[in-house]
Amino acid sequence: MNSQAYNDKVVRQFSIMTVVWGIVGMLVGVIIAAQLMWPALNFDLPWLSYARLRPLHTNAVIFAFGGSALMATAFYVVQRTCHARLFSDGLAAFVFWGWQLIIVAAAVTLPLGLTQGKEYAELIWPIDIAIALVWVAFAVVFFGTIAKRTVKHIYVANWFYGAFILTVALLHIVNSLAIPTSLTHSYPVYAGAVDAMVQWWYGHNAVGFFLTAGFLGMMYYFVPKQAERPIYSYRLSVVHFWALISIYMWAGPHHLHYSAVPDWAQSLGMVFSLILLAPSWGGMINGIMTLSGAWHKLRNDPILKFMIVSLSFYGMSTFEGPMMSIKTVNSLSHFTDWTIGHVHSGALGWVAMMTVGALYCLIPRLYGRTSMYSVKLIDIHFWTTTIGVVLYIAAMWIAGVMQGLMWRATNDDGTLTYTFIESLNATYPYYFVRLLGGVLVLGGMFIMAYNTWKTATDKGAVDNPVLEPSPAT
Amino acid sequence: MDIETFRGVMTVLIFVAFIGMWLWAWSSRRRKDFNEAAQLPLAEDPPVNNKESGAES
Repeated sequence: MNSQAYNDKVVRQFSIMTVVWGIVGMLVGVIIAAQLMWPALNFDLPWLSYARLRPLHTNAVIFAFGGSALMATAFYVVQRTCHARLFSDGLAAFVFWGWQLIIVAAAVTLPLGLTQGKEYAELIWPIDIAIALVWVAFAVVFFGTIAKRTVKHIYVANWFYGAFILTVALLHIVNSLAIPTSLTHSYPVYAGAVDAMVQWWYGHNAVGFFLTAGFLGMMYYFVPKQAERPIYSYRLSVVHFWALISIYMWAGPHHLHYSAVPDWAQSLGMVFSLILLAPSWGGMINGIMTLSGAWHKLRNDPILKFMIVSLSFYGMSTFEGPMMSIKTVNSLSHFTDWTIGHVHSGALGWVAMMTVGALYCLIPRLYGRTSMYSVKLIDIHFWTTTIGVVLYIAAMWIAGVMQGLMWRATNDDGTLTYTFIESLNATYPYYFVRLLGGVLVLGGMFIMAYNTWKTATDKGAVDNPVLEPSPAT
Repeated sequence: MDIETFRGVMTVLIFVAFIGMWLWAWSSRRRKDFNEAAQLPLAEDPPVNNKESGAES
């Protein structure tokens, strides 16, 4: 392999696996959505029970689909904006194969019921150690490439990717500290309310750094790239970066409102969640306004449509999140399907649509083409996803608010107006609409897989030469 | 210094750092560097056309 070329092999591998794991993760999501509608679909098999498939779904979409997308784009972006080949091909290959092995291990252990029981950190301790090793290798390759850059500046996207990589290492290691009792079982080193605090410090920062900072890095490269104009305000992106990363760290306790966690900690989490609205919207505005003066591009570029709608969902869910962190709102929304709607507005609307947009921009470049096999199919994918996401989150909003109101309704004598089963019965129509939305999103991923297949098999893999920095930089 | 004074001082320090970051980012001396950095995603690879053919005006 020519050392004067970029290492696009690992980018190609991660890009293809992003599509594959997207289909797997969303398929499991559709299955469990159908199980909520028709519980018999678990076929009385323990491996197919909702409680085991649900963590499989979340791990697959966040860490397999989202993780592969972040690694693909981080490796692509850091090489292009540093005008340098990856720091180490061997380590990059280790990151790819290690990450895929971890995903397979997760897909085996979770249906077997092997779990630590921590949400979004379910994987058992041997897999946790493997994640830490692969993640450190990822960090070495990424920061090593930045160190050997041939341009002066470190582009803002790399700051976001860098924050994502460092913080996820910290979160994962601290939250996974455990004392093993056997190969498949362990106890966390924390207990009680402290364990809950650590878990949701991890949990919310998984949202803040894995699902936000990393994808903002993607946004800061691929939106300007696809719009063919620089980011709206570079200095705003600097303020956006520092404000976002310093505030996200403290928002976790909003997952523990009205729990045994100290009241002041709950209020702290709420206040920091509210402040988060400012940097979040700063970033959203920066992305959307990049199209300022070039809005006509939206008319016939479905990739830009993916990105701009993604940013709109980002704006919506980062408004909704702070609102739901207000204690009085949370007393209505907590434990209801409103939370599920909120998560999917972020995960499908923001994360998945930005990923899909970035991949459609990226894949032709990796296979020596000027565009995807079919732009028309991108457009169809855009509409199936958008309609699917809107159906999904609207159904969950209505269901969630309805559940919250039914659960808190009391009669004059203080007894509950509704039994829990009545609220469940009332939710069924919305579960069906949610399932429909999920099927549409999954269908879009199959369209993407076909389009990617046709694009990749046309001319085959192409490694692009390392570009000389322009004289200005 | 008791813990309450320390917290007060920290709050002021972080606030000053935040204002300082704005002033740093908005300073006219940063303009040239930022403009250069903002061009980094654009200078790249062969041109790619992902528009629907014929629709571009």
